[in-house]
Amino acid sequence: MITFQLDGQSCSTRTDINLLQACLEAGANLPYFCWHPELGSVGACRQCAVKQFSGPEDKTGRIVMACMTPATEGALISIDDAEAKEFREGVIEWMMVNHPHDCPVCPEGGECHLQDMTVMAGHNTRRYRFTKRTHRNQDLGPFIKHEMNRCIACYRCVRFYRDYAGGDDLAVLGAHDNVYFGRAEDGTLENAFSGNLVELCPTGVFTDKPFSETYTRKWDLRGAPSVCVHCAVGCNTFVNAREEKVRRLLNRYNDEVNRYVLCDRGRFGHGFVNAASRLNTPLCLSDEQPTPVPTQAAMAQFARMAASGPIAGIASSRASLETCFSLRSLVDPDLFSTGQTQQEQTCTELAYALLRDHPGAIPTLHEMESADAVLILGEDASATAPRLALAVRQSGRQNAFLAADAAKVPRWMDAAVRTIGSETLSSLFVVSPAPTDLDGIARDAIRAVPDNAARLGFAIWHELDPTAPTVPDLKETEAEQANRIATVLAAAKKPLVVSGMQYGSIALMQAAAGIARALTRNTSEAGLSLVLPDCNSMGLAMMGGAPLETIIARAKAGAIGTLIIIENDLTRRLDPPEIVDLLEAVPNIVLIDHTATPLWQNANLVLPAATFSEDTGTLISQEGRAQRFFPAVFPPAPIQASWRWVQDLARALPSKQGTPASPASTNLSEWKNLDEVIADLGKELPVFAKIINAAPDASYRLNGQKLRSQTYRASGRTVIRSYISVRDQPPPTNSDTPFSSSMEGAYRTDMPAALVPHLHAPAWNSVQALNRFQQEIGGPLRGGEAGIRLFSSATAEGKDSVQPSSAPDIPPPFIPQPDTVLLLPEARLFGGEELSMFSPPLAARAPPPDLRLPTSAALQPRMTLHLKGYGPKTLPVRHLAGLPDGVALCPPHMVAAAFRFPQIVRLTPDPAEGEGEGEGEGEET
Amino acid sequence: MSHLPLLAIFLIPAIILALATLLTWVERRLLGLWQDRHGPNRVGPGGLFQAVADGIKILFKQDWIPPFADKTVFVLAPSIGMMTVLLSFAAIPFTPLSGIAGTLNIGLLFILGMMGLGVYAVVLAGWASNSKYALLGGMRAAAQMISYEVFMGLSLLGVVMIAGSFNLHDIVTAQTHCWFILPQCLGFFIFLLAGIAETHRLPFDLPEGENELGAGFHTEYSGMKFGMFFIAEYAGIILISSLVTTLYLGGWLGPVLPAVVWFVLKTSGVVIFFILLRAALPRPRYDQLMALGWKILLPLSLLNVTATGTVLMLRAAG
Amino acid sequence: MLNTVRTLFLTFLHAFQARATVQYPEEQPYLPSRYRGRIILSRDPDGMERCVACNLCAVACPVDCISLQKTEENGRWYPEFFRINFSRCIFCGFCEEACPTYAIQLTPDFEMSEYARPNLVYEKEDLLINGTGKYPDYSFYHVAGISIPGKDRGKAERERPPVDLHTLLP
Repeated sequence: MITFQLDGQSCSTRTDINLLQACLEAGANLPYFCWHPELGSVGACRQCAVKQFSGPEDKTGRIVMACMTPATEGALISIDDAEAKEFREGVIEWMMVNHPHDCPVCPEGGECHLQDMTVMAGHNTRRYRFTKRTHRNQDLGPFIKHEMNRCIACYRCVRFYRDYAGGDDLAVLGAHDNVYFGRAEDGTLENAFSGNLVELCPTGVFTDKPFSETYTRKWDLRGAPSVCVHCAVGCNTFVNAREEKVRRLLNRYNDEVNRYVLCDRGRFGHGFVNAASRLNTPLCLSDEQPTPVPTQAAMAQFARMAASGPIAGIASSRASLETCFSLRSLVDPDLFSTGQTQQEQTCTELAYALLRDHPGAIPTLHEMESADAVLILGEDASATAPRLALAVRQSGRQNAFLAADAAKVPRWMDAAVRTIGSETLSSLFVVSPAPTDLDGIARDAIRAVPDNAARLGFAIWHELDPTAPTVPDLKETEAEQANRIATVLAAAKKPLVVSGMQYGSIALMQAAAGIARALTRNTSEAGLSLVLPDCNSMGLAMMGGAPLETIIARAKAGAIGTLIIIENDLTRRLDPPEIVDLLEAVPNIVLIDHTATPLWQNANLVLPAATFSEDTGTLISQEGRAQRFFPAVFPPAPIQASWRWVQDLARALPSKQGTPASPASTNLSEWKNLDEVIADLGKELPVFAKIINAAPDASYRLNGQKLRSQTYRASGRTVIRSYISVRDQPPPTNSDTPFSSSMEGAYRTDMPAALVPHLHAPAWNSVQALNRFQQEIGGPLRGGEAGIRLFSSATAEGKDSVQPSSAPDIPPPFIPQPDTVLLLPEARLFGGEELSMFSPPLAARAPPPDLRLPTSAALQPRMTLHLKGYGPKTLPVRHLAGLPDGVALCPPHMVAAAFRFPQIVRLTPDPAEGEGEGEGEGEET
Repeated sequence: MSHLPLLAIFLIPAIILALATLLTWVERRLLGLWQDRHGPNRVGPGGLFQAVADGIKILFKQDWIPPFADKTVFVLAPSIGMMTVLLSFAAIPFTPLSGIAGTLNIGLLFILGMMGLGVYAVVLAGWASNSKYALLGGMRAAAQMISYEVFMGLSLLGVVMIAGSFNLHDIVTAQTHCWFILPQCLGFFIFLLAGIAETHRLPFDLPEGENELGAGFHTEYSGMKFGMFFIAEYAGIILISSLVTTLYLGGWLGPVLPAVVWFVLKTSGVVIFFILLRAALPRPRYDQLMALGWKILLPLSLLNVTATGTVLMLRAAG
Repeated sequence: MLNTVRTLFLTFLHAFQARATVQYPEEQPYLPSRYRGRIILSRDPDGMERCVACNLCAVACPVDCISLQKTEENGRWYPEFFRINFSRCIFCGFCEEACPTYAIQLTPDFEMSEYARPNLVYEKEDLLINGTGKYPDYSFYHVAGISIPGKDRGKAERERPPVDLHTLLP
């Protein structure tokens, strides 16, 4: 700790930070543009000028840029100094010289950093009477709108896009006063994190295009803390809604998880909640047609169904933990399915077991950023867990930081560190079948089919730990690669191994876990991270249940009278023949979902569920973090949380059946709110006991009040619904959360981190208000931690004693066959995930499916796949450099609703050149 | 002659009530007149039916008793106010012949007694409302009315001494040669002020000072119960004006015109003066009101009694 | 004492002075053009809607009686709906004060009583007039930086033509 004087006040602060950070942490209002906590300082905007005095007798002082000056012990700093003030006011006046008269028609207005800083710096009257510079805009695709006139040339966009996120299609063009931030020509911004430009740009150059279509000023949006449902990383988000419609998603800072950045799938993938495919009323099958019925009739229908035989339940990895648990409480334990196939369930349960028993660290994303050697084994994390891949990308700078430390350059001095870093190698190794986005910064990118990647992994393990099983028939090149990687990993202080279940390979994860375990003998910080597919895959793995195959078998045996499917599109998991079998074998199907998935027309009863934006629930991320999401929208009457539907079903059951054969500790039909569900869940499954602390419960009060979810200046209260009725209605309420739906309630910068509904602090209207919510810049929030880890390195007591139960099976090497190919899933950022594809801007970004073949294969424009259970599928073909021989890639789910990977398939030239039938079928199902 | 008092018993209160109602309109028109406005002039000729419209409105309003109030007393209070004022009129001799009990030998004492009872209406209303503003209003009313009653009575002693009777009829006839306003100008002045305070009219309406107490003792009242307070207040104005006429302005006495016309003319003049006071004067502070009462008016009224007595004694002796 | 009498006398003299009250509706009052009555939405000199749906009027409204939703066509922002609940409006004029485009204006019309409250909810078609209101010459898009049909980039007042990125000349 050091102490410095700020305008006569003594402030203590950390070492190794710059003055700007120190001033902001001390609570001072100091304007800035180019500095960003995640990007460091470059001193480009000259806005954060302060006066520094050399000693008490120095009355003149000198103006320094706070962001470029280290905070030093005893420094005498003045923000209020007249000269410094005038300097800052002058700087902003120059910036405003060319800034257009656009605020009323600018989506940034009201949450604009430039507006805030202009007010803060004191500039208020335009003196410049000459002409303004203008620019032509570019079409940057469906996510981002471009309005270059508003640019103040702070360089944040390119520094983030190129330096931080690794993009290369956004650049600075032009010279001097004319600099232009854009692409070489019109076109979509390709990087997976382009959406963050909206938040990073201090003014309205880059704005949110989908949000602009239903635009609402920040002060009119109801906010709720939420958790992204589009992958298993569990990024924190704000859901913003108005008029009971979700308008946009923003990044919600969680110092350990997503911090300042959100991927585009998470940011723009929420469209399914407003899509036409939403179910909004109970439906009963009558005359083979789903017909809307009142809720009571639906429940009566269910009571009749229940008489016909035992009830089975299929949960889902995209449903909340509470929903899955309610279903588990309703049905017989052996008739509860996790809704995953055997292969998927084996993988997730193995991932859970490996992580739980890992003796080293289960690193958070933030910890991954400081890993000094990373091995990615058989997972294209940049598509399956983009935010994780971005954290790994930052870890590539560790060697640059070491070099900077050696040169005595502070780490926040961004431009200098990047210059030094341009001569250092990263310690990142990528082993995967197909090229990944991280190859560019990797020291070595090795192409290998999953089995060979696993063999390489086992070989590395053996290098690190001679007691580990040896890999038979290892090629010399592979042995050499294994040795090279093992050497780097062994030398690292904080190594990290990332793998996952993208290719459905148990061996890959076992090898990754083995390497990480072996590394813990060098350092206890050796980390293991396994990527899972869905937002609650980990929760289901911890809860357990039967795989789908078991349910099908029992259905065929006639042991199921009614099947309840919750938030699960079975066609994405089961082949068509299996679906047909299931539909024939089960007399009654109840479907509870928010979105009309293909089976809805076959279900005897469909119940409309609430989405993540409309109810409360807990999700468990792949790193074992239980996080709660809260509603920003109050859906119209029949729509309710899935667990409430299950509760209604339980109440509708004929009383002679009574409470089902579930343990007595669950009072399914007695639950009044979510807290009681969570309490029961903790009692029933002790592994979840801690999730009660993921967020404060519904009885939480701040200053004796609920928390407000609207801003204090939300407008239109007495008119917004007056076209329906001119009488005022009380605002909607929710018994599951401590939030009030209106502007009435408490809001403080030190409110619990899991309950922050939006960011605002006096004088800070933009998202940069965050610095008022942090204990220290880039550190934890003042309100503590959001979410809670159920397992982590901190709880690794006695993990060493747990040894893998059996020696892993090392797969034989892959040998390419002449007439078949090994078909692997091509993970895509857009197009693979289920729910995000209902979002129009995302669907626009999803390219049509095609088949990628190695360059060694003869290229024909279209080829036909012969998939098991689907018949021939014809797809356009493209070469992919680096793909191993005998392998083909195609995007899963876009080609066939469900197919199992890896699969050996026959590939033939297209018989009828031209007609694209296969493509169409794949998308329709 | 024997049926006349009986008829008067029904007729006079009815007329008084009608006049009090009309007075609400008259007051608003006059206030308008002195404030360069028109006042209510839309309903009926010259706005004459405004009072009727208001009456109908107030009759149809919700009859609301606050749940925290003492119900019996709350209902009783306005009727006490109304009753005491109307009973007082019994002793007023409008003409030598008419009036219910114009020749009552303790007429003046009866009226003073009724006015004393009238305090209860206000105090009980304030207390029964069980709300702080009403209670404060009630307290103020009690203190104010009790204080001013003291020298109201004292100021009248001069008249009584000259006339030698409490009988109002006799007092009027005693003024045949000279209205008592001349010998008793000090008494007249004190009685006028005390009368304003008794009816808690502006500028002495501190019990209902709206900028401090909401509406004072009748804050919680609405509908016809409020209407009764309202009408009672205006009936009170008529009563005090009638008394002033009777005691100081020679009652019905006057040349040419019939007696009743003289009485009405004189009373109207006093009523109009009351309204002019409201139009012109600001409300004093509460302590100023009490100081005026106890430190100025009380000594003056005692002086008046002494002086009158001395003069009468001297004249009797001389 | 004498002052009081004088006051009474002076007040009494007012009985003979002229009335200040205007006998509306027989006699129509004079209302200045900046009188704060019924709210309207005006058009710019080109006949296009002036309102750009910036929401500032809504947030300025102390009784929260204005609500609107932005939509967009060829770069111009419009309100998709614009609703004022006149049964709540207090005619304070803050909305007009806040409006950056002179779109929302208060007019000298106050005769808008209704027997049913829903009739006091005015939608955009009730509010929009075919004129410029009090400001005949102002057109927001002619000073704003964004381009609209008929006004390309760099064609607004005090703007240079768009920068040619292919030159490095100063």
